[in-house]
Amino acid sequence: MSTTTNYHAGPDAVSAKTSRYRRVSKGRGNFELWSWVFMRASGVLLLVLVFGHLFVNLMLGEGIHGVDFAFVAGKWASPFWQTWDMLMLWLAELHGFNGVRTIINDYTEKDRTRWILKGLLVASALLVLVLGTLVIFTFDPCLDPSSTLSVCTAR
Amino acid sequence: MAQAANGTLYRGREGMWTWVAHRISGVLIFLFLFAHVLDTALVRVSPEAYNEVMDAYKNPVVGLAEAGLVAAVIFHALNGLRIIAVDFWAKGPRYQKQMFWAVLVGFVVLFAPFAIRHLTIVFTH
Ligand code: HEM
Ligand code: HEM
Repeated sequence: MSTTTNYHAGPDAVSAKTSRYRRVSKGRGNFELWSWVFMRASGVLLLVLVFGHLFVNLMLGEGIHGVDFAFVAGKWASPFWQTWDMLMLWLAELHGFNGVRTIINDYTEKDRTRWILKGLLVASALLVLVLGTLVIFTFDPCLDPSSTLSVCTAR
Repeated sequence: MAQAANGTLYRGREGMWTWVAHRISGVLIFLFLFAHVLDTALVRVSPEAYNEVMDAYKNPVVGLAEAGLVAAVIFHALNGLRIIAVDFWAKGPRYQKQMFWAVLVGFVVLFAPFAIRHLTIVFTH
C-alpha cells in the first residue's frame, strides 16, 4: 500500500503523510501478522501434543507414580516419542515466547525495563531450546546399569 | 506503544475475564516449561539424579500443584480454540458467548475424570 496516495479519503481525511497515526510500521514487514498466525497454528498443534503428553504420562499405566528414568528411557527409545517431544518443545517454547513478548510490550512503560525483560526472555528461550533439544538427541538409556532395553543388554 | 490502560480487543464481561485468565494460564505454563526442561535434563546427568528429583515430587503438595497445572493447560487450550473460532469462523463472534459456556463445560468434562484419577494415585501411594 502506498503511503502517499490516499485512495479512500473522506472529506475530513488527513493524508497518511501528515497524520500522526502510523498504521504501517517502519521496516518490520508483516512480522506481527505472522506471529499472530503462528500463535493460532501452533496452538492447535500444541493442543494435540500437550494433551497426548499429559494423557500418556499421567493417566496411562501407573500415572505420575510410574515416571522415572526407566520410563523416560522406554519412551525415548522410540523415534516417535523423540519427534513428538521435539515438536512439543519447539512449538510450546516459541508460542510461549511470543505470548510473553506481547505481555511485556503491553505492561512495560520504560524502554529500559522492556529491554531488560526481553533480554531475560530471549536468554531463557535459548537455554530451553538448546538444552531440551540436546537432551532428547543425546539421551543415553544405558546410563542405567540395570536397563533391560535391548540396546543396552547387547553391549 | 500499547499500554494496559488502553484495553484490548477482548474487553468486556466474559470476554474480559477469560482474557485475563488466558494470560495468567499462559504465563504459568511458560514458567512451568522452563523448570520442566531443566529437571528433565537431569536424565543426562545420571539415572539417580533424575529419580531422586522425581521421588521428591511424589507428594501431595506437588500432586495438587500438578492438578493445578493441568487445569491451567485445559483452560488455556479450550479458550485458545474459542479465540481461534472467533477470529476465523464467520459466525464465531455471534456465538462467542455460547462458546464461552462450551469452554466451561469442556473444562469440567476433561478435568473431573483427570483429577479423580490423578489425585487417587497421588493420595494412595
Ligand atoms: C505434571 C505434568 C507433566 C508431567 C508429569 C510431565 C512429564 C514429562 C516426562 C516424564 C518427560 C520425559 C520424556 C517424555 O515422557 O516424553 C517430559 C518431557 C517433556 N515435557 Fe512434560 N510433563 C508434564 C507436563 C508438561 C507440559 C504441560 C508441557 C508443555 C508445556 C510439557 C512439555 C514437555 C517437553 C517439551 C518435554 C521434552 C523435554 C526435553 O526436550 O528435554 N510437559 N515431561
Ligand atoms: C494447548 C494448546 C494451546 C492453545 C490452543 C493455545 C492458544 C493460544 C491462543 C489462540 C493465544 C492467543 C494469541 C493472541 O491473542 O494473539 C494464546 C496466547 C498465549 N499462549 Fe497459548 N495455546 C496453547 C498452549 C500454550 C502453552 C503450552 C503455553 C506456554 C508455554 C502458552 C502460552 C501462551 C501465552 C503466554 C499467551 C499470550 C497471552 C496474551 O497475550 O494475553 N500457550 N494461546
